[in-house]
Amino acid sequence: MSDTEGKEVSDKEKEHSEEKEMDTAKSPKPRKTPPSSGKSSPKKPGSAKSGTMTPKSPAGSRGRATPKSKGKREEIKMETPAPEEEEDATLPDHCEPIFLSSKTQTIFSCVCDSDVTKENRFKIIPKAAILEDLHNRAGVCDFHPIKNKIIEYPGEEFLLVYDRDFKFGQNFYICFSEETKEKLLHPPKKEGEVVEGEGGVPGEEAEDTTVYKYVPPQSKEWVSHGSEKEIKEESVVEMRRRLKVSVRRKRKLFGAPCKFTDRNVGDAKDGYVECTSYKDKTFDLQKIELDKGIQAIPWFMDSGTQTEWKYPRNANTQYYPREFSQHEQQEILKKKQTGTFMDGVCPRFQLALQQNEIMDVFFNDWLNLGEADNTFGSKADNHLKEYQSFADLQFSKEKKITDIQWHPTIKGIVAVSVAEKLTFDERIDNASKVIMTPSLILIWSFTDPINPQLFLEAPDDIHSFQFCPSNPNIIAGGCQNGQLVLWDISAHADRLKQPRGGNRNKRATVLPGFEDPNALKTPIVRYCAVSSIENSHHAPITDIMWLPDHVEINRMGVPQENKGFESCQIFTCATDNCILVWDTRPTKGPQQQQQGAKPKDKDGTKNPIGVPDTFKHLDLTWKPMLKVHLHKSEPGGDHAPTKFSIAEKQGDRGALSKATDGGVPDKEASVTGGYFQSGKPGSGREKRTLQTVKTHFFVGTEDGEVVYVDWMPQKDQDTGKIQTPKPDFYHTMHDGPIMTVQRSPFFMDILLVVGGWNFTIWKEAVVSGPILQSAPNPIRMTSGFWSPSRPGVFYISKVDGSVDVWDLLDKTHEPSITQSVSPSAITKIYPHAVSHKQHLLAVGDSSGTLHILEIPWSLRLPAPNEVTGVANYFEREVKRRGFVVQRWDFREHEKRELEAEAKKKAGIAPNVLLTDEEIEYRLKLEYQTYMEAEGNFLRELGITKEEEPLPQTYSVTQFLSDTGTQRHRNSVSRYPVTGFISD
Amino acid sequence: MSEVEETIKRIQSHKGVSGIIIVNADGIPIRTTLDNSTTVQYSGLIHQLAAKAKSTVRDLDPQNDLTFLRIRSKKHEIMVAPDNEYLLIVIQNPNAV
Repeated sequence: MSDTEGKEVSDKEKEHSEEKEMDTAKSPKPRKTPPSSGKSSPKKPGSAKSGTMTPKSPAGSRGRATPKSKGKREEIKMETPAPEEEEDATLPDHCEPIFLSSKTQTIFSCVCDSDVTKENRFKIIPKAAILEDLHNRAGVCDFHPIKNKIIEYPGEEFLLVYDRDFKFGQNFYICFSEETKEKLLHPPKKEGEVVEGEGGVPGEEAEDTTVYKYVPPQSKEWVSHGSEKEIKEESVVEMRRRLKVSVRRKRKLFGAPCKFTDRNVGDAKDGYVECTSYKDKTFDLQKIELDKGIQAIPWFMDSGTQTEWKYPRNANTQYYPREFSQHEQQEILKKKQTGTFMDGVCPRFQLALQQNEIMDVFFNDWLNLGEADNTFGSKADNHLKEYQSFADLQFSKEKKITDIQWHPTIKGIVAVSVAEKLTFDERIDNASKVIMTPSLILIWSFTDPINPQLFLEAPDDIHSFQFCPSNPNIIAGGCQNGQLVLWDISAHADRLKQPRGGNRNKRATVLPGFEDPNALKTPIVRYCAVSSIENSHHAPITDIMWLPDHVEINRMGVPQENKGFESCQIFTCATDNCILVWDTRPTKGPQQQQQGAKPKDKDGTKNPIGVPDTFKHLDLTWKPMLKVHLHKSEPGGDHAPTKFSIAEKQGDRGALSKATDGGVPDKEASVTGGYFQSGKPGSGREKRTLQTVKTHFFVGTEDGEVVYVDWMPQKDQDTGKIQTPKPDFYHTMHDGPIMTVQRSPFFMDILLVVGGWNFTIWKEAVVSGPILQSAPNPIRMTSGFWSPSRPGVFYISKVDGSVDVWDLLDKTHEPSITQSVSPSAITKIYPHAVSHKQHLLAVGDSSGTLHILEIPWSLRLPAPNEVTGVANYFEREVKRRGFVVQRWDFREHEKRELEAEAKKKAGIAPNVLLTDEEIEYRLKLEYQTYMEAEGNFLRELGITKEEEPLPQTYSVTQFLSDTGTQRHRNSVSRYPVTGFISD
Repeated sequence: MSEVEETIKRIQSHKGVSGIIIVNADGIPIRTTLDNSTTVQYSGLIHQLAAKAKSTVRDLDPQNDLTFLRIRSKKHEIMVAPDNEYLLIVIQNPNAV
């Protein structure tokens, strides 16, 4: 046992003994003197130990049992009022035992064991009552012996205490002092506790009392529990001798005058002492032990619960509506009262009903106010207003605008490509001049109408370009020479984003004298990749399109999911009879090695200034990944595409949800249906095939044909080569090269085709021809564009510098508005919704000016239900188309009939229209009978026995059988059929 | 044909009238052109509403009385004419007019 433990034990023991001392003041057990500190009594080690550590040990239980039992006794004392041996010892002061006879008891109503009991011993008797009794009964009275004391008693009431056990010799005792009476009735509780040992006060009173008296605590002797040691440890005590320091100075120096001067720190050697901070090893102690106090507290938790209130419901009562029987009803109806009621009430109803019939008073006019004014022809402002125009004197003047593109994300930025206004021959003649002038795309900002924000330099004139839909800093353009060019304008994106013109800002921020001489100059961005000229188109690229960012197609033309959601494939078309698909990502495999070799030597020799190497891997080696060659069904050259349109739309992710995993080869389908069904899994290993993406697309050609073809190559049945299949159908509806093939932004299967002197509207599933064909316009059309906000509106530009606005719901035979915009021919038109309240129309003309027109609200805001209205219109047109096809058959039939009629009139054909075989058979029969008759006749005459055929009759049959074979209609077109017959 | 039937026929001849119910003072239908469940529901509910409306008018001015109650809903209009002993309910669909 260690020292501390021993001390602890001794302390405990002390406590114990104290406890006992207090408890057993009068206990029979012999009092024990507290053992001296530090030393446990030899007799009690067990109990001491058990008191602290093992309370279960028998010794311990005995040790504790003593005080416990004492405690119990205490309690008993408190509870049971019966004063035992302690009480009989002394009769309270100023008390007198007295015997009360049963008669007296009844008089004072303190009958033993009924009015007063052992528990309820006290009885208060008024002094007057006793005096009266003394007076009445005199000597017989029990109070007689103490008569004097009673008379002397100062109080008004006596306390009579029942002494059941005759402790003081009589059955009662009476109090003659107020204090004793008070004491007996209300024994102080404290007294009962503290002076318990004396047993002077009966415990029962302690229970009855409610008033507690304050007894100041008595100071006790100090008992050391070891805390003084702690205090000693905490206090600071001098341990070593104090250090003595003496400082001396020469006597003469005391009180000498001081002279302060300035001097340089470096002059004196020790003029400057640096006290740099350093790491002191002495304080580099690691904290290993840590004094920490912690107190365990019980966990508190607040939680609540709510019970659902089941409100009482009457489940026993059932009810049903009161009703009259048939008979009762009849009875009531027959009453005169009912009749008069009905008569009286009827006019009111008729008035109300008529009011409702006449007009709907609750009709909300405000809701339907705007509708009426929305159509054209009203006085409303519905003209295109000139908003801004852009022309660059140096670079766009005397050139024609070939394409316009609005910046997809930044508002107020529009890009135009310009090209020389030269024919092919002129171009060759002026080749040297053309080569020297740079070919540019101009990027204009609305903030600066004089200077373009950016020039994009191209190897040759650009005829078509487009911003990449997923990254607007990438621009793809198609050149006059058939090459595909890529620009990366990431470095200049900030310049475009600046709210004010980039030039002015620069001037303001740069210090005077340090201006960049080029600051005012518009930067020229060189292309960062151009396709390999051998593998490019062999004619000017007339149309270019980025594939939407959720789709990509593999080498077999199979549309697949693009997991990166970044557009990386480009469709281009040129008049060299093919459409090419390009991929901007680096190709893998053997080609990469070739590529790897080429840029190496380039790196050292030339790296044009500021050209980002985004597409370095493509430069000059870029090859198309898929070629769609447009074969013609008939001989006489192939289709030369100028424009095309695919069904998939940027931002429309619908196809992804229907994608299926992996490409399960299914070679059979896709011959008739527009949906992709077959193909190899291809290079896209884990890419899902998009089944719903249409691989058929519309192509407009140089000859004005509209071709519907599948881009997916198939195995040709004759040659066995994998090549683009023949077009599903094509129609020649335009008298010049097609300038626009565009899908409606509201109906993905509706296309606007503009070319030559008219435009047509096509629906994808209708193969027999366009659902709407405009009458030829006296002025040639140059381009068209659907309105971005109104489904029934589109814009068409013409060579005389005017713009036509067509509203299909207004009229279809002529444009709703024709407005002259430019003095020169318009080449391109592009409406754009800048914001909800501002739509702008970009119009490019052949003199290099870009006009920006504001679209009026009547052309901007769609009429209510315009989409359904236009959809219904298209539906009607499709039906009309079906009817036209029917009529073709009907006309065919009619024509046949007319011919038959003519023959009948001529006397050749019979009345009844017969089939060819029947006719032939009949003619044969006729011929036979005729032959027979002739033979007979000749035989009769005896002229000849030979037979001779009649040439005339034979020729008729021949003709009829010929027409019969020609009758099945050529399904391709109506015109070829007529041509065929006229042949 | 009785007077009542004649009146009903006259009211019914108006456009858009989809039902006529005659209810007594206790809210029990006497004559109806609708099916039973609809009639019972209409008569029970409208009777209460009419009684409330009537008491409102009478409370505002004891000499006044309710003569006609028109309830315009999205689908139709319910017209009620209360009397001391009877209640006539007519349901009209004004949009069908």
